[in-house]
Amino acid sequence: MPSIKELAKRESKFVSGHRLCAGCGAGIIMRLVLLAIDKPVIASCATGCVEVASTIFPYSAWKIPWIHSAFENSAATISGIESAYKVFKREGKVDKDIVFVAFGGDGGTYDIGLQALSGAAERGHNVLYVCYNNEAYMNTGIQRSSASPKYSFTTTSPVGKAIPGKLQWQKNLTEVMVAHGIPYVATAIPGRWNDLVNKVEKAVKIEGFKFINVLSPCRLGWPHEPELTLEISRIAVETCIWPLYEVYEGKYKLTYKPKEKKPVSEWFKLQGRFRHLLLPQNSNLLEEIQKEVDRRWEELLKKCEA
Amino acid sequence: MGIRVAKTANEAFAEGMRQINPDVVAAYPITPATEIVQIFSQFVADGLVKTEYIAVESEHSAMSACIGASSAGARAMTGTSSQGLAYMWEMLYIASGLRLPIIMAVVNRALSSPINIHCDHSDTFGARDSGWIQIYSENVQETYDNLIQGVRIAEHPEVRLPCMIMTDGFILSHCLETMEMLTDQEVQDFIGKPPERENLIKSAIEGKPITIGAIDLQDYYFEHKRQTAEGMRNALKVIPEIGKEFGDKFGRYYGFVENYKMEDADIGIVVIGSTAGTGKEVVDILRKKGIKAGLLKIRVFRPLPVDEIRDSLKNLKVVGIMDRVEGMNGFCGPLYSEISACLYELEKKPILTDFVYGLGGRDVKIEDIEIVFNDLLKILEKGKKDFTLKYIGVRE
Repeated sequence: MPSIKELAKRESKFVSGHRLCAGCGAGIIMRLVLLAIDKPVIASCATGCVEVASTIFPYSAWKIPWIHSAFENSAATISGIESAYKVFKREGKVDKDIVFVAFGGDGGTYDIGLQALSGAAERGHNVLYVCYNNEAYMNTGIQRSSASPKYSFTTTSPVGKAIPGKLQWQKNLTEVMVAHGIPYVATAIPGRWNDLVNKVEKAVKIEGFKFINVLSPCRLGWPHEPELTLEISRIAVETCIWPLYEVYEGKYKLTYKPKEKKPVSEWFKLQGRFRHLLLPQNSNLLEEIQKEVDRRWEELLKKCEA
Repeated sequence: MGIRVAKTANEAFAEGMRQINPDVVAAYPITPATEIVQIFSQFVADGLVKTEYIAVESEHSAMSACIGASSAGARAMTGTSSQGLAYMWEMLYIASGLRLPIIMAVVNRALSSPINIHCDHSDTFGARDSGWIQIYSENVQETYDNLIQGVRIAEHPEVRLPCMIMTDGFILSHCLETMEMLTDQEVQDFIGKPPERENLIKSAIEGKPITIGAIDLQDYYFEHKRQTAEGMRNALKVIPEIGKEFGDKFGRYYGFVENYKMEDADIGIVVIGSTAGTGKEVVDILRKKGIKAGLLKIRVFRPLPVDEIRDSLKNLKVVGIMDRVEGMNGFCGPLYSEISACLYELEKKPILTDFVYGLGGRDVKIEDIEIVFNDLLKILEKGKKDFTLKYIGVRE
C-alpha cells in the first residue's frame, strides 16, 4: 500500500497535453491506476473519450506501450497480447514481469464490449480490466448506455413531456463480473485515491482476470461544476449509489462504509441530468430511486456480512 | 525432400499451420473451416506446437486477439469462412491499417442470407478493399503452398500487410487430394524468423513506450492510408520473388496468375479457385476439336496483377469472366469489373462477358463450362456480344 509520498515520487505514465475536459474524472483515473502499478504495463484501450483525447496523432499521453484497435474489443485485444507474452515467456524470449491492463468506458464495457469482456474473463487471462464508468456514451455526445442511471437525462433518453429520462435501471456489471467467478472484482472512485490505488495494487498481484469498475464523473455529460469532480464521486459513495466494495475469491467486503447515509437528492442536486427529479411533480420518481438504492445497499451489506 | 500424402485442404491448412508453428492462434469455429482449428487444437493438446491457442468467443474477437498478439510481436494466425469473415470485417481494415502481418486461412463459403454453408466467393470478395493480400488456390497442393508463402509475403518489411489464403469450401476443404508436403525443417527454413519490428512487448522491455492505433484527424489519415497502399504496391514486386524462391527450392513455381493454353488462344475464360481445374479439362476437350481455347487462372487477386492480366488477355478475341459471386451491382460481377479495368487502356480489347456461376455451392460441371465456351464461340462468330451477364447453372 504505497503512501502518497511514495506515489508522488513515481513517474506518471499518463501525462499532460491530452485533450480531456477540464475536470474529467477519467484522466485522473488513468493516472492513478498507472501510478499504482510499479511494474512495466502494456495497456489496451477501447474507443472512447480517453482514447480519442489522449492519442491524437502525432501526440500521445501514454508513457507505456499502448494499443487501441476498436470499440468493443479492448478485452479481446489484450487477450492476444497476454497470450503472446505467455509464449515468449515459455520460450525464454522474455523474462521481465509485465502487467496487462485493459481500459474501457462503460460504452465499450457494459454494452458493445460485453462479449469480449465476458470471453476474456471466462478464459482467465492474466489481465486487469478497468472500466471508467461515466454512465453514458460520452465521447459521441452523451447517449444512454446500460450504465446510465434510471430517469437520468441522456441525448437518447431525454427528459420530455411524456417520458422522464431513461426508463431502465442500470445494469449491475460489477455483479455480472462477480458471477463470472473471476478472482477479484471491485468498485472504486477517483475521489478516494487510497482505496483505488490499493485495489489496483492488490488486483495486479492476483493471477487471473480482475475487474475494477470506477465511477468517472463527467463535467460535460452529467453535467457538473468541473472543480467538483472528486467531491461528486465521494457523494455517490456517501449516498450508497456507488458503494465501494471488493469481491476477492467470492468473498464480499465493503471497503468503505459511510458514517451517515445521505439521501440520493444530495447527489442529484449537483448534476443537470437529474435536475427534473428534484421538481415536486417528480417526487414519486425520486422516491422510487431512493427505495431501490436502499434495497441494493441492504442486499450488499448482507453479502458483506456473510 | 517432399513427402507425398493425401490430404483435404483443411488438413493441409492445419498441417501447414503446425509446421509454421505460430506464436498465437485465436480462432472460432465455422463450417466449413472448423476442421482447421479442430485439427490444430489436437496438435496443441499433443504438445506438437509452441502455439498459445485462444479459443475466443467470436470471430471479431479472433481477429482482435490476433491484432493484439501481432502488435506484441507474435506470429499470429486464424481461420474462418463466410459469416465469420463478415463478423470480423471492421477488424480486417484495422489489421491492415495497423500494418500487421497476420495470416488467415479462409475457406470460401457463401454469405447469408439465405444461410448456406457451401462454396462461393462472396465472403472474400466482400473483403477485397480491406488492404489484405488475397491469394486463391485451385487445389489442395496450392492451398498448402500458398499458406507457407503467405507468411513470407505478409512479413516482408516492404509489404507488412495481413494475408488471407483461400480454398473452396467443401470442394477442396473436405476432399482428399494427393499432395507433396514439405518437411517441418524445410518450412521453418523457408519462413525463417519474423523480421524485427516495433511491438508492444519489445517496447515494454526496452522502456521505450509506443502508441499503436492513435486517432488521425483530417491532417494525417490520408498519409497513413497512402503508406498502406504502398505496401500493397510493393507486394507486386515481393510476391513473384517469393514464388520464384519457393520454386527454386521445392520445384513448384508461383506467380500472380496461371496461363493455361493462352499463348495462341482466341477465346478464353478467367476463373478463380477449384473451378479452374474443371475449366482446364474443358479447354483440353476443345483443343482436341481444334478450337483455340485457353484459361486464365487468377491466383493473386490482391494486389491486382494488372500487367499479367493484360498480357494474358490482350490477344484474345472473346473472354468470359467467371464470377463465383453476384456482386449485386445490377450490371456485372466484381471480377468482371476488375478485369475490365485492367483492359481498359488497350487499343484493341477482347469482347468481355460475365458468367455468374456456382453460388451457394451450386455444382459446376464440365457441361456448364462447355456452355460458357459455346457462348464465347457464338460471340466470336458474330463479332459482338448480346449480353454482358449470364447465369450458369441456375434454374430460371
